[in-house]
Amino acid sequence: MSRVRRERWIGFLIVLPSIILIAIFVYGFIAWTGLVSLSKWDGVEPNYSWAGLETYKQLFTQIGGVTAKRFSIDLWNTLFFTLLFLLFCVGVGLLLAILLDQKIKGEGIFRTIYLFPMSLSFVVTGVVWQWIFAPGTADYPRGINALLHQLGLDVLRWKWYTDTSSIGPFHLALIPVIIAAAWQLTGYTMAMYLAGLRGIPEELREAARVDGATEFSIYRHIILPMLQPITFSALIVLGHISLKIFDLVYTMTGKGTGFVTDVPGIFMFEATFQGNHYSLGAAISIVMLIVVALVIVPYLVYTFRREVEL
Amino acid sequence: MSMKKLYPILAVLMIAAMLLTACAPAATPAATVPPTQPSAASGKLEIFSWWTAGGEAEGLNALYKIYTAKYPQVEIINATVAGGAGSAAKAVLATRMQSGDPPDSFQVHAGHELIDSWVKAGKMEPVTFIFKDEGWLDKYPKGVIDILSYNNEIWSVPVNIHRSNVLWYNKKIFADNNLTPPTTWDEFFSIADKLKAAGVTPLALGDNGIWASVHLMESILLASMGPDKYRGLWTGTTDWAGPEVKSALETFAKVMKYVNEDHSALSWDQAAQLLVDGHAAMTIMGDWTEGYFKSVGWKPDVDFGYVPSPGTKGTFIMLSDSFGLPKGAKNRDNAINWLKVLGSKEGQDAFNPLKGSIPARTDGDRSLYDVYLQSAMDDFASNQIVPSLAHGAAASEGWVTSFSDAMSLFVANLDVAAAQDAMVKACQTAGVCK
Repeated sequence: MSRVRRERWIGFLIVLPSIILIAIFVYGFIAWTGLVSLSKWDGVEPNYSWAGLETYKQLFTQIGGVTAKRFSIDLWNTLFFTLLFLLFCVGVGLLLAILLDQKIKGEGIFRTIYLFPMSLSFVVTGVVWQWIFAPGTADYPRGINALLHQLGLDVLRWKWYTDTSSIGPFHLALIPVIIAAAWQLTGYTMAMYLAGLRGIPEELREAARVDGATEFSIYRHIILPMLQPITFSALIVLGHISLKIFDLVYTMTGKGTGFVTDVPGIFMFEATFQGNHYSLGAAISIVMLIVVALVIVPYLVYTFRREVEL
Repeated sequence: MSMKKLYPILAVLMIAAMLLTACAPAATPAATVPPTQPSAASGKLEIFSWWTAGGEAEGLNALYKIYTAKYPQVEIINATVAGGAGSAAKAVLATRMQSGDPPDSFQVHAGHELIDSWVKAGKMEPVTFIFKDEGWLDKYPKGVIDILSYNNEIWSVPVNIHRSNVLWYNKKIFADNNLTPPTTWDEFFSIADKLKAAGVTPLALGDNGIWASVHLMESILLASMGPDKYRGLWTGTTDWAGPEVKSALETFAKVMKYVNEDHSALSWDQAAQLLVDGHAAMTIMGDWTEGYFKSVGWKPDVDFGYVPSPGTKGTFIMLSDSFGLPKGAKNRDNAINWLKVLGSKEGQDAFNPLKGSIPARTDGDRSLYDVYLQSAMDDFASNQIVPSLAHGAAASEGWVTSFSDAMSLFVANLDVAAAQDAMVKACQTAGVCK
């Protein structure tokens, strides 16, 4: 065997165990979940008889009753949570990165402070923010309401995540959850943008200044466009986290009265492990998979094509 | 040896050490006690539960002591899974039962949670023979035996009884406002109006996770239709679309006006704390609430009082922790002996005072229990006994989750018609209603 061919063969053998494990434990199980979602399995005893798209009809049409109502609320909640969470993380992360890039003293300390929340587990974040946003009652406020009361800012007091009102399909109770999630992950986008900003050569900025550009237009026309790939990858990474979010919401608010903070992850967990509705849980999981795939797969295709072109 | 050569060796040693800790046995055998009646039984006994802390763990250890005194050669494996009122444990149990590796006995709520999950799946052995051998059929109330039974066989041994339909109240607030505890829901509303005027929250509710609202709802359902029709809800003989359910939902909607506004952010014990702080006057919750009050220094009949929840006097909504006998239990004889210890007077009187519940037997030693538990024992012996919905006795877990989803929407929008439709559908999906 020629040397090149032998090296290729050895390379393949080294990767083979991983390929086999992933094939079984990731793709195999995804296929099995898909099969379960098409079966009639309801209750602790497995039942693999064919049900076709019956379970999906329960999730998406009137037949499902409360199940369909809950799932449609879940999907809307996920949409609004993802949009606002990404907006906050990218916007505030970029702002913080630009501020830290101004060659200030103690930049290292600030960077560490902003990044620290990322090292916490979602469960810790959920529990602590639950305490912070617990509203208490009108006479006995708790958490942030108590602080606002002591500052005399009673007008800002609010029911936070116990609020059951909504603007159209957007439940206001999601706002505290978005704040908690963004608090945890804004450091991530800030760090990425900081690295990106450092990668932009100073000569470009100097040249622009010499040409008479203001600082603001330097940012607008030179720096931000160059940060686009970072924005893109941050959106993808944070997007797929927020589409599948479970532990933060579960420990912070649970599904909430009237499902105001419910997400498909919580619905799947309760349906499968508390209600023994295995087929329903599998169907919810497959829908979540499809939603995340709609976001990730185009990104993968795009980067793959770019690499091929390069 | 140079540092470069040292690193790989250190890495391998660390990995080896971690692998070894993963291989350590997970079991913790119970402490051995000098035998009083040595028995030849040997081998192991694996008991699966979620009793990991507080009075529950103490009660479980007391049972282990009694067992070990009788069967000192048997090694007890205390297989517990902490957290979530059993939701984590149930998932682990499901995995083991489905793979044919059942524990020798496991904790399960008596009634439909066991029957619809494991009995109907053919994974349990009936324990009627134990009841007959030990002469227990007249030591347990008929209402309890009914709840334990399916197809004319008994399927688990209840070790304790908790009551669901109790209204707890802050005695000082009631005395200050010249009030007496309500016996009907109309009385409740007039008392609640007076309390609201005095600036006190009438009813404390902590329904984070919605189950406390399901718990409240079952008391209101019972009050609106009486014990016979209430039992009929779970067997399909009472119409869920009928007027009694409608009036119960309307009562619940009215009650929500008198509840603390942050109820969905609180758990049941945080709601009980509102009584201790003097911010709320009443709460409807099971009798584990007494355990909470006592743990913060409150005394029964001094600081807090208790009556059956409005409109339910004479009926005892029961829930019970029980143990069954899985098919294929590796140590079947040891498991049967365990069930005999659990169902015995000695076992129940050792467990229940520590846990804060009452024995399922009617011949418990009253002197071991405090004044509330004694009154509960009296009620248990004389009242009509009906199963609890929120705690696994009345309905299968699938039905309870469907019902809970309907309640979650109802608590938010108070739409009686929609909730009633959803409850009708939940009964149909559970296969009980047509």
